[in-house]
Amino acid sequence: MNLTLKIWRQKNAKEQGKIVEYKINNVSPDMSFLEMLDVLNNELIEKGDDPVAFDHDCREGICGMCSLFINGQAHGPDRGVTTCQLHMRKFKDGDTIYIEPFRAKAFPVIKDLVVDRTAFDKIQHAGGFVSVNTSGNTQDANAIPIPKHDADKSFDAATCIGCGACVATCKNSSAMLFVSAKVSQFALLPQGKVEAADRVMNMVAEMDALGFGNCTNTGACEVECPKGISLENIARMNREYLKAAL
Amino acid sequence: MKLDSKIPQGPIDKKWSDYKNHIKLVNPANKRNIDVIVVGTGLAGGSAAATLAELGYNVKAFCYQDSPRRAHSIAAQGGINAAKNYQGDGDSIHRLFYDTVKGGDYRAREANVHRLSEVSANIIDQCVAQGVPLAREYGGLLDNRSFGGTQVSRTFYAKGQTGQQLLLGAYSAMNRQIGRGKIQMYNRHEMLDLVLVDGKARGIIARNLINGEIERHSGHAVVIATGGYGNVFFLSTNAMGSNVTAAWKAHKRGAFFANPCFTQIHPTCIPVTGDHQSKLTLMSESLRNDGRIWVPKKMEDAVAIREGKLKPTQIAEEDRDYYLERRYPSFGNLVPRDVASRAAKERCDAGYGVNATGEAVYLDFASAIERYGKEQARIQHLNENDAKLVYKLGRDVVENKYGNLFQMYEKIVDEDPYTTPMMIYPAVHYTMGGVWVDYNLMSTIEGCYVIGEANFSDHGANRLGASALMQGLADGYFVLPYTIGDYLADDIRTGAIPTDLPEFVAAEKNVQDMIDHLMNNKGSHSVDYFHKKLGKIMWDKVGMARNAQGLNEAMDEIAALREEFYKDVKVSGTAESFNQELEKALRVADFLELGELFAKDALHREESCGGHFREEHQTEEGEAQRDDENFAYAAAWEYKGNPRDAVLHKEDLVYENIKLVTRSYK
Repeated sequence: MNLTLKIWRQKNAKEQGKIVEYKINNVSPDMSFLEMLDVLNNELIEKGDDPVAFDHDCREGICGMCSLFINGQAHGPDRGVTTCQLHMRKFKDGDTIYIEPFRAKAFPVIKDLVVDRTAFDKIQHAGGFVSVNTSGNTQDANAIPIPKHDADKSFDAATCIGCGACVATCKNSSAMLFVSAKVSQFALLPQGKVEAADRVMNMVAEMDALGFGNCTNTGACEVECPKGISLENIARMNREYLKAAL
Repeated sequence: MKLDSKIPQGPIDKKWSDYKNHIKLVNPANKRNIDVIVVGTGLAGGSAAATLAELGYNVKAFCYQDSPRRAHSIAAQGGINAAKNYQGDGDSIHRLFYDTVKGGDYRAREANVHRLSEVSANIIDQCVAQGVPLAREYGGLLDNRSFGGTQVSRTFYAKGQTGQQLLLGAYSAMNRQIGRGKIQMYNRHEMLDLVLVDGKARGIIARNLINGEIERHSGHAVVIATGGYGNVFFLSTNAMGSNVTAAWKAHKRGAFFANPCFTQIHPTCIPVTGDHQSKLTLMSESLRNDGRIWVPKKMEDAVAIREGKLKPTQIAEEDRDYYLERRYPSFGNLVPRDVASRAAKERCDAGYGVNATGEAVYLDFASAIERYGKEQARIQHLNENDAKLVYKLGRDVVENKYGNLFQMYEKIVDEDPYTTPMMIYPAVHYTMGGVWVDYNLMSTIEGCYVIGEANFSDHGANRLGASALMQGLADGYFVLPYTIGDYLADDIRTGAIPTDLPEFVAAEKNVQDMIDHLMNNKGSHSVDYFHKKLGKIMWDKVGMARNAQGLNEAMDEIAALREEFYKDVKVSGTAESFNQELEKALRVADFLELGELFAKDALHREESCGGHFREEHQTEEGEAQRDDENFAYAAAWEYKGNPRDAVLHKEDLVYENIKLVTRSYK
């Protein structure tokens, strides 16, 4: 396939960015989207140009490092995948593809398509844990029986990879889907119940302080989430918050 | 220098508890005056950082990713072993110990493996207490499954995302300590040198990957937890950024590097499709619980499949060669990874491969779907002769167990694995070799500890499934926090280590010179160009099977490629900014040295064992032939300037509790 790429280039957080056009030929449909960018970068380097910076690491859809807003969609046109698992067979010969960073006030650009998502870590520092010592003196694991249904639901929430697609997609740049996933994971387990009230209050306060917007129930986050994290979690977080605030 | 493994005296099952009762302690008020640097924040580094901070030490933690949550431990799929005997199938600490030593082909240190087995049960308790949602039975108790190389169900799991859940558990423990201010977290930082003062590890030189600044950080001890070096092959299941740099720099400063040639080739990865490929994707070994591995029995069928004229589902049952079940009846599809990988290579080399490149075998779930479907039909009192219904019920069970893996496969290969068998082929996965450490997990540099995949200690020549997560967390949560205290007890009066010492200045200059050289080089090829070339040499000549001629060639070729790299590599951009090409260049420079030592180690080990198969040493049936008389030792290499000149030191492996026997899975 031969493609036209329109890529956001930005030297660093301070300088202004702009869209730059590149042509790329002989793209195989079996390539992943990031491998296509590897090929482009190799061409740029051999020509003496600066390659396009983009975040990526595991390339198997689990580390949450890759981002990219592709043709106006977080992680591109395929459903339920991260950018690293998006394959070029989803595009056609002659296509023009727009590639931009995940944009949000709380995610400042570092370079080109790379953004700073440490705001997510800061929310976790505020309460994304169970306060238990790592001493090895905990009780036997089977002493806390958990109904399979609850464990499965907790697991579903816990599968969030923290990529930030929800924030990038949301018109309010809200982090509610991300935060609610963590709140839900613990709220559904007996281990997390003891400090549930403090957790939700502290995490929500931190989320607001970092400049994420609020949820207006648009639901775009759920649609674009590569891991299918459900809006149900936001409803659960709201209940937890209300309970804690009262 | 004589290697001292510092294995405690006494019976194997008392060594660790006796040892713990006698090591020096540091009182909490003194811990506040001690700084510990932890490099790498995956399962081993993350759990170590959290626990050390919780104990009261000041921890400075570093990772190259933007968050500890992205460490490659997150990609581990299948599970974590623990000797809990919840299933009542006869499991015990001794059996886990035995299976791990045997699985490692008798090249691991007994005392370490026994300790690992002892603390394994604590790991599960710890993770559950943290809120890690491990799989449950309907009664609310934890579920288990079995894995390659064992005959009991001792593997705890969270669907195919066990590594993710365990890592997020360690990450949450870290977050608690970061929130308290006990861990200072340095994201997007890479360690580029180790600083020694009076022979002791006292700090690191790190590069801030966002602005390119070179920073000096001091501490009373340095813990390296940076994972494995499988990316020396370019294509592997490792994350793209996984590298050997921190461990290699420690090696160059005096830490011996042990058994570099022990690399695990994992049998169930998605096959390579073309030259553009950047990495390989693993399909969890747990799939071998239910998937049956086969190739066509008749050559003409294999050819027709490769040409696209036949589909696997059109091959009759009697025309399929379930070669693992045929060759190893007692373990079948659950033989250890090295055995399964070589068997796949043997069939493909013989011409029975099933994809266009001829390098793939089938992993088939049809019979599992039928078996589960019938079971469900009986449980639900439905008609078990209704094939359509049985398929649907069975498919649901398989989806529940492995759904995310099947989805991942479909996204990459564009085929539905529920209806057509998966194609798999072995790929480089985990490195058992690494920095040599003693029982305390300290390297041959005083105060430099190495934990998790970055050390060599627990897996011998082959790693059994579900044991990497176990080692990472055991080292970080339960072993290092004790052993490091014994060392730090002597440092309570030392005070903060200043970073303006001449040793820091020299190490920083060393790093700066290397960066300057790379940036000012007027070369013509990208870093990847060299990395791919190195990977090809490694895979062709130091890969799944090796021989003396190929290894000698590989050493020469790698040395030549290294020279070419320094003359002709081109790194664009500037050093004082975010520069991913420079990051890669610094890592590939180290791979170009490690690769040569890797080949040298493989050449010297005149036997086949575990992940190391020397063609000259095999039985008539093509099984690996070990030589215990001459090679029952860990090969620890001392750096002497050029990888080729490294000097061999041997740690004899003494087996007092497990008899050395030929491994058999037949």
